[in-house]
Amino acid sequence: MLQAPEITPEVIEADRVYQEMGITDEEFSTIKKILGRLPNFTEVGIFSVMWSEHCSYKTSKPLLKKFPTKAPHVLQGPGEGAGVVDIGDGQAVVFKIESHNHPSAVEPYQGAATGVGGIIRDVFSMGARPIASLNSLRFGNLTNGRVKYLFDEIVHGIAGYGNCVGVPTVGGEIQFDDSYQGNPLVNAMCVGLIDQKDMQKGLAAGIGNTVLYVGSKTGRDGIHGATFASEDLTEDSESKRSSVQVGDPFMEKLLIEACLEVIHSDALVGMQDMGAAGLTSSASEMASKAGTGMEMNLDLIPQREENMTAYEMMLSESQERMLLVVQKGREKEIQDVFAKYDLEAVAVGHVTDDKQFRLLHKGEVVTDIPVDSLAEDAPVYYKPSAVPSYFEEFQAMTEYLPTVMDHADTLKSLLQQPTIASKEYVYDQYDSMVQANTVFAPGSSAAVVRVNGYDKALAMTTDCNSRYIYLDPETGGKIAVAEAARNIICSGAKPLALTDGLNFGNPDKPENFWQMEKSVEGMSEASLALNTPVISGNVSLYNESNGQSIFPTPVVGMVGLHASLADITPSFFQHIGDMIYVIGETKPEFGGSELQNLLEKRYFGKAPSIDLAVEATRQMQILTAIQSDLVASAHDLAEGGLGVALAESLFTDQQLGCEVNVTEDATAALFSETQSRFLLSVKPEHQAAFEATIADAHLLGYVTDTSRLVVHHNNEALIDESVTQLQSLWKGAIPCLLKSKA
Amino acid sequence: MKFAVIVFPGSNCDRDMYHAVTNALEEEAELVWYQGANLANYDAILLPGGFSYGDYLRSGAIASTSDIVTQVKEQAALGKPILGVCNGFQILLESGLLPGAMLQNKKLKFMCHQEGLRVVNNTTMFTSNYVQDAIVSIPIAHQEGNYYCDEATLASLQANNQIVFTYQTNPNGSVADIAGIVNEAGNVLGMMPHPERASEAILGSADGLKLFQSILENWRKVYVAGA
Amino acid sequence: MKKVLIHITLKEGVLDPQGKAVQHSLETLGYDTVKEVRVGKYMELVVEDDASIEQQVETMCEKLLANPVIENYSYTVEEVVPL
Repeated sequence: MLQAPEITPEVIEADRVYQEMGITDEEFSTIKKILGRLPNFTEVGIFSVMWSEHCSYKTSKPLLKKFPTKAPHVLQGPGEGAGVVDIGDGQAVVFKIESHNHPSAVEPYQGAATGVGGIIRDVFSMGARPIASLNSLRFGNLTNGRVKYLFDEIVHGIAGYGNCVGVPTVGGEIQFDDSYQGNPLVNAMCVGLIDQKDMQKGLAAGIGNTVLYVGSKTGRDGIHGATFASEDLTEDSESKRSSVQVGDPFMEKLLIEACLEVIHSDALVGMQDMGAAGLTSSASEMASKAGTGMEMNLDLIPQREENMTAYEMMLSESQERMLLVVQKGREKEIQDVFAKYDLEAVAVGHVTDDKQFRLLHKGEVVTDIPVDSLAEDAPVYYKPSAVPSYFEEFQAMTEYLPTVMDHADTLKSLLQQPTIASKEYVYDQYDSMVQANTVFAPGSSAAVVRVNGYDKALAMTTDCNSRYIYLDPETGGKIAVAEAARNIICSGAKPLALTDGLNFGNPDKPENFWQMEKSVEGMSEASLALNTPVISGNVSLYNESNGQSIFPTPVVGMVGLHASLADITPSFFQHIGDMIYVIGETKPEFGGSELQNLLEKRYFGKAPSIDLAVEATRQMQILTAIQSDLVASAHDLAEGGLGVALAESLFTDQQLGCEVNVTEDATAALFSETQSRFLLSVKPEHQAAFEATIADAHLLGYVTDTSRLVVHHNNEALIDESVTQLQSLWKGAIPCLLKSKA
Repeated sequence: MKFAVIVFPGSNCDRDMYHAVTNALEEEAELVWYQGANLANYDAILLPGGFSYGDYLRSGAIASTSDIVTQVKEQAALGKPILGVCNGFQILLESGLLPGAMLQNKKLKFMCHQEGLRVVNNTTMFTSNYVQDAIVSIPIAHQEGNYYCDEATLASLQANNQIVFTYQTNPNGSVADIAGIVNEAGNVLGMMPHPERASEAILGSADGLKLFQSILENWRKVYVAGA
Repeated sequence: MKKVLIHITLKEGVLDPQGKAVQHSLETLGYDTVKEVRVGKYMELVVEDDASIEQQVETMCEKLLANPVIENYSYTVEEVVPL
């Protein structure tokens, strides 16, 4: 690791030292032009982190512009700590998703824990109280010893941090595929609640105002974390362990409480957390956004270790640190609030009018950079894109039609596929109930958190079927957004907006860039069609191990609003005698399906098709039916098709069963993954009104008291299984895989 | 009736407890920061769950050395109801107000779900509204809830009828399935499950509300004329 | 200055699930000669020189650092060698 500030600007240029920090020759000459001189070691470090993909989005910016980001209910779109959406009564919901993939691959516990901590800070730095966490995780095959270790430690890290800070982990999703073997994905989402009048921005406004540093002291941990996140994982990533930060959730809890007290003081001007690229990014972004400059004296930075250099302080990613700008002369008011929590708020600099980012250390100016060149004026690249040959091959294939001999056995096998199997082993480790607002904990289609004191609630979910996106990124991108919205709708809420966690491989490979491009296009189209603008997000590239890219995985985190608590709808069957309907036509679509994975051990062919107009109409019809109190339960049809959805709808402790009849091709009826379909149950007295509301509802059968899942095909018995037995297979699959010997 | 909900650095169920008392029980409560308070001003003291001082050293250990716990001991000696839930229970154990100690759950993992509890003693001021041996659903959320005490202590807990709640299916390895105990005088209850999270049906269970109602009714019998 | 090295262990007879898990893991790795594992804590305190240092450390352990209900402690005192 580079730690030699004595390297002169001339040596940096001559020996191309900048390359080791991820700066290209071309970027280095741009830096020289910006400064009108050679940059010193600290300055090159600052440019390298601010121009990394993680901070600058230099590769993805042209794509992100395609996302629809505006709507009347969007109060804050991308660009701040998190996006903000109006939920009425002067309140707003604040949310964002962020990845912590590379740190988690190297040190899974701390990587995952600090991922949770970082996204929570993004939310409370907006002035919002964090009310829920979700996550989206991807792992390789659970039979592999290293994968088991990553899985256990990442879950443990999320639990260890989230439980301690007192933010309930209410939902999430986990999928398993070989492409994630060496490069797991850890995307953490946080949702906050705020009174609109309390909204904060990360602005360093007001010339002469004071810059305060609060939280943990700065150590040498996490130096170059942002650049590390923007590189491929290689064999020697293990030796980069020093790049991984250690989290202190207790400190975070104190910061949450103190910062949420401080926002009520009008002495506070702006607040931002020190996330990726730490002090450098928070300070320069706050100044750039406000159109000001900033000067800081690094001698004043609270330091955990001795003899730290300017370079180390500016690039440290020590966790649980916040930067505040407060009115000059009123520092004491703010410092007193922090003192109550035993936190020191230290004045380290002030806002200037010259738009320069200036740092002093031991009496010398060690950095003097135009602040905009670090933030908005960072370079943007237009990468070449090329259609991968596999895609053309898959599109040319004839329809894949699997042969299933025993539908009952197939259903049992599907229920034990790790992606479908119960994740109770995982979510039991998360405190999903703290704050006493959780209506639906993990295990439901969408999590539901009520807004205490009001007749309304928030629904939230994370979704992404990366197999579909691999097969066809544009269609898959649409499906990811549509599926998230389906989950929100099924819970009885209206989808409001989404946050995107874009995880891809190395964008320098034109095939990878094409995947990014197409999936963003698909997501954008679906966001428009379903009126769920993109209000925040994160990009994680270079997700590869040993040259192999992950499946393209643009995770969608979505939040919806229940207009009334009465609209909250469970995803499980409720009463004996209720009528079971499937909404939508079923086609034989098995490309990327769980059944294909089960039978062929790989994915190929076409992704299921999706018509966004049909999707939008159907979702609105279902929401109307729910709001008219016509629906007892609602479940979307996803991985594993109708068969799995029927089983999951019975997995409660209510001892219910079902009896349904399917016609035509039984394999397609039970296991096809045709999109835009739903499984609803309806009380018999609502039959007429329900059928009048939803055009393409097909009556399948009834909820029974037998505790058996019974499927007839053209009125002949096809499946007749004990629900208890199916449930124990489904629940036992993941613990069983974890116990198996590698 | 006026409840104090003590807030330590790192407490995180303080608002939940406050909510249960003010909105579900509809009585008065205050969030009381661990410094600078006078507990003599309250009728009952609630020690909420969470991770006081990050659970560093041992759960509840650092909080148990604070001045406010000295005040809790004084108020306990006066016979006021003191309820410690989860981390609050751990603090009561560490401070010696209740006997025993907490170990890590036998599976070494944090666990959070509804748990069936048996009310094995409905003669306390905390449980008089429950039917003896009733099964109630109250969630747990802890990693260190494996209650331990030596045999002599267990014998004395049993002899004095100090065991109040037991688990139907022991989730964490606790001695004698213990989920909650009272002190000998019967006015200090410590329990790992969270009654404040089970105070409304919309949250999955309202079985915990009776605990708060019991405290209130027993207090009224003593302090409110004609009640 | 003195450096105090404190070891805190679970008392004999108190179940140590963590120790059992570690032993099981070692066994899976092929170390079947390991018959028991007890996991404890180790702390280092740098303390000003004082005649009553040992007595102080014992009170610290009794009051805070160890929980006498479940834990034992032992300690040694070393000279701090200035750099």
